[in-house]
Amino acid sequence: MKERKLGILGKKLGMTQFFDDKGVCYGVTVVQTGPCTVLKKCTKAKTKNDKTDGYTALQLGFEQKPERKVSKPEEGVLKAAGGKAKARRYVVELRVSEETLAKFEVGQEITLKDLGLKAGDYIDVTGISKGKGFQGVMRRHNFAGFPATHGTHEYFRHPGSIGNRKWPGRVMKGRRMPGHMGDRKVTVQNLKVVQLREDDGALLVAGAVPGHKNAYVMVRPAIKSNPLP
Amino acid sequence: MNILEKVEKEQTRHGLSFRAGDQVRVHVKIVEGDKERIQVFEGVVIALHRGGNRASFTVRKVSYGVGVERIFPVHSPSVDKVEVVSSGRVRRGRLYYLRDRAGKAARLKEREGTVAETAAAAPAAMADAAAVSPPIAEA
Repeated sequence: MKERKLGILGKKLGMTQFFDDKGVCYGVTVVQTGPCTVLKKCTKAKTKNDKTDGYTALQLGFEQKPERKVSKPEEGVLKAAGGKAKARRYVVELRVSEETLAKFEVGQEITLKDLGLKAGDYIDVTGISKGKGFQGVMRRHNFAGFPATHGTHEYFRHPGSIGNRKWPGRVMKGRRMPGHMGDRKVTVQNLKVVQLREDDGALLVAGAVPGHKNAYVMVRPAIKSNPLP
Repeated sequence: MNILEKVEKEQTRHGLSFRAGDQVRVHVKIVEGDKERIQVFEGVVIALHRGGNRASFTVRKVSYGVGVERIFPVHSPSVDKVEVVSSGRVRRGRLYYLRDRAGKAARLKEREGTVAETAAAAPAAMADAAAVSPPIAEA
């Protein structure tokens, strides 16, 4: 397991325009981050028969949800937290190192400050992309379609041939076809932090972030421009 | 207040102090190497594009017989200030018809009770675009 820096949960508020000190204009997404609560600490097994998780991770929760909406498995986590953690709407488990794990306690709040980011840093943002429904190959996979003229007859947005002949007599796996598009987990890597608003707990990120407005997102320091030791 | 609205409000500098048909001098900051200087672009405002902190305006001038149009973001820090030289009397918000006209036909009549008259009395008042809002001639 590769070691990654601590992330934070948040919400995409929407996009706007932003001028920096030099007058350069950025299209930015405003991401509200945290505060999120530590719901559970996963620890490494000490002995062979230890029933702990066997790896180190932090379970973070963002935004409150009513008690009546808590599921049985969630209830177990909250019970183990011993009343220190409240029910949360968006829960994510993040693998962290033992050192990072030791810094936080169950029930503790994590804010933007704990990430140690600064303006100009790069981050990865994970979220659920906007659902596009059932889409054809042109929209879903950027196929070119067929000519509008020169005798094309009722075959404008089709995929064309999807295989060979008697051999292999089947369609190869991974063939790109029409189907459901969007509404899946997407990570956009290496987005630049244009402004850090620690007092608001918000980030201005250059470029777009997956999901609709008010969608839940996870922000982590970029894995690629922060090379691992 | 929503954080997004807060960010947008911080980026918004001031209200517009001119309208379509006005002859304006736009002072633009230009960075050359490590030096910064101000360049003036003078022309007629042919359109305002509103939209909060994303607002912009288009200025048209004829330079050496060639029509030149520049679009400036209203709230960009590189737009130092906007002086209104004179105000033309126009009957629409987008003056794209000026593109088809040249020379005498492209002239605009002066609007009554405009800044230009006030400016003649006190040119210094023009400097701060934020402070001066031209009285709009009610015909």
